[in-house]
Amino acid sequence: MTSKSNTNALKVFPRRHLLTCEGLSANEINFLLDLADKNADHIRNNGRKRDVLAGRTIINLFFESSTRTQASFEMAGKRLSADVMNMNVATSSVTKGETLIDTAVTLNAMRPDIIVVRHHAAGAVELLSQKVDCSVINAGDGAHQHPTQALLDALTIRRAKGRIAGLTVAICGDILHSRVARSNINVLNALGARVRLIAPTTLMPSSPERLGCEVFTDMWKGIEGVDIVMMLRLQRERMDASYVPSTREFFHFFGLDHEKLARAKPDALVMHPGPMNRGVEIASTVADHSKSVIREQVEMGVAVRMAVLEALSAHLPGFAEDAR
Amino acid sequence: MRKPIEKPKSLGTATVFINARLIDPASNRDEPGGLLVKDGMIADLGAHLRRNAPEGANVIDCKGNVLAPGLIDAQVFTGEPGYEHRETLKTASHAAAAGGVTTIVVMPDTNPVIDQVALVDFIQRRARDNALVHVQTMAAMTKGLQGEEMTEIGLLKRAGAIGFSNGKSSVINTRVMRNVLSYAKDFNALVVHHTEDPYLSSGSMNSGEVASRLGLPGISKIAETIMLERDVRLVEMTGGRYHAATISCQESLDVVKNAKAKMLPVSCGVSINHLTLNENDIGPYRTFFKMRPPLRKEEDRVAMVQAVANGDIDVIVSSHDPQDADTKRRPFAEAADGAVGLETLLSAALRLVHSGDMTLSAMLKALTINPARLLGLHSGRLAKGSIADLVLFDPGEPWVVNKDLLRSRSKNTPFDEAKMQGRVLRTMVAGQTVYEYAGVERT
Repeated sequence: MTSKSNTNALKVFPRRHLLTCEGLSANEINFLLDLADKNADHIRNNGRKRDVLAGRTIINLFFESSTRTQASFEMAGKRLSADVMNMNVATSSVTKGETLIDTAVTLNAMRPDIIVVRHHAAGAVELLSQKVDCSVINAGDGAHQHPTQALLDALTIRRAKGRIAGLTVAICGDILHSRVARSNINVLNALGARVRLIAPTTLMPSSPERLGCEVFTDMWKGIEGVDIVMMLRLQRERMDASYVPSTREFFHFFGLDHEKLARAKPDALVMHPGPMNRGVEIASTVADHSKSVIREQVEMGVAVRMAVLEALSAHLPGFAEDAR
Repeated sequence: MRKPIEKPKSLGTATVFINARLIDPASNRDEPGGLLVKDGMIADLGAHLRRNAPEGANVIDCKGNVLAPGLIDAQVFTGEPGYEHRETLKTASHAAAAGGVTTIVVMPDTNPVIDQVALVDFIQRRARDNALVHVQTMAAMTKGLQGEEMTEIGLLKRAGAIGFSNGKSSVINTRVMRNVLSYAKDFNALVVHHTEDPYLSSGSMNSGEVASRLGLPGISKIAETIMLERDVRLVEMTGGRYHAATISCQESLDVVKNAKAKMLPVSCGVSINHLTLNENDIGPYRTFFKMRPPLRKEEDRVAMVQAVANGDIDVIVSSHDPQDADTKRRPFAEAADGAVGLETLLSAALRLVHSGDMTLSAMLKALTINPARLLGLHSGRLAKGSIADLVLFDPGEPWVVNKDLLRSRSKNTPFDEAKMQGRVLRTMVAGQTVYEYAGVERT
């Protein structure tokens, strides 16, 4: 299976890096989701780790603190037998004033195979990718992209609903500051879903309809009849002015409670990329409700990241010998 | 929106006004007739009621005087809560009733500032229990009026706030103002802004010859216009509903006219002081003429009057601002701004009619239907089924203002000893008479 899927990867997923979801084709996305689907089943069936990346080195380079994404990438790498190194940026040379590019060149000299990068500045991961020989995976750059999150969301939806095309997905909350929203818009649109954005104007990027979405500033209307309600975290740390007056008011008008959820389809699913602010964007009881697939999202995270690592590894130099 | 706390309506006996001159700017009505009030509402009106009172009704003979919708004053500062020694909702409402004003919009510049749902509720409950006239709340658009963080505009509106203002100060932070306008638009909330750049307005009177002679630091008109121009740009960007609270000069008027020509949701108001007084009235440092924006030159006053006459200015306000001796009896530069105006609002506005500058209807329009529409109120018109908020006034009766007889708790009127022509005879709020002129002024 390993060598076959890797050979396919060269044809179907001819990319060295995964930096953005913009421009990913439905074919490419489905290829990754199919691969991830198998991984998910493999893990559920208590499957042992596979040796696809044995002898390969992955560096998790997180310039922004993260618990779940970093752990998820580490887990994914280890389940594929890679050697995973977590770079703790707080103790690194970055705090001593080294530029991003110098850091990249330094790491590159150590010849890792894949670098997983999270950075607080939009575009930083792409910049880094231009300076290294290895593959680079974007684990979130500013308010730009978070590709593996969108892929794991898509996989969660596909497994729960059996399809993505034709579904209506509402993405609600702080869209302005959300890389998750941007990646999801790309992936869901590519797969034929209808995407709605729900937020107060102050938390909506400009020209949102140009991103291929229907736009609502009234959650009561926006949530009407949707199949999926995807809540976003209110990113207070990214707010440099008064975008919303209070968490109380935000919850009242844009928080997901049972009353608003009742307007979605009866079998609608509730999603959240985490970490949740209970009582700010989502009522505690909704988060724990049977319609909530928030835990599945975390589970799919490992499977999807394994798939991405696997797909990219097909492009690593020396892969051909391995396959033989 | 939650139903506002309303005054109980009077039930029972009908009241009919006969022999009146009915003026209703909303319907362009100006004709002899009568008006029937039943259960706090206008049950009927028109020429057919001019002489014929329905059986059993309580008859009021207007003797040809004007019966018009009660005035709506969109900018009233009181001292409640926090400065009750200057004015309470109760005393302000008595002044309003005596001035023919049936709805006052109270500003958030209190202590504490009206920036929370509980305080809007407080104002409405206090008003229901103590005020003679309708009281509407203008809530703060930024917390503590500090201009930094916006208030809970959605929840405040649901609690009954009819608009959002930063009181006597401008929001300097452009980003905050943009966000307020954007956010308010989502809730279709009205933003009312005092436009004055604080860096350009640290003086104490209009900049110009008079200020130079008096040796007072001047406030140039550009302080007002520059802030207004900025705001209009932000309205253009965000689409938020915007009302410039009180403009005072031709340049500002031009900005508003341009914005209206672009079909932007922009309107403006002017205070009665800027329609009837000018900087020369300050004379020997009379602090009762110190206000914000400052009284301007005569040509600015004339421009403001013309703009009301032709409809470019939408709303006239009293900008009633009670100040006591502590804050007013000081050297000019140190004295507080502001003047009371509720009781003299209509009489002062009638000066503009008597001088031939505008019709009675044009003047009343800016005090009734225009503010009603701006604020989303159902009053301000004479129509069947509308609330019976009415003013009966004699447009010709001469009288002299005596500040000691004002009902307002503070006496800082710029019209003390001024000769007025035209006075309120009766004020009715929701079918109940809340003021009746006894023929001689009380002492």
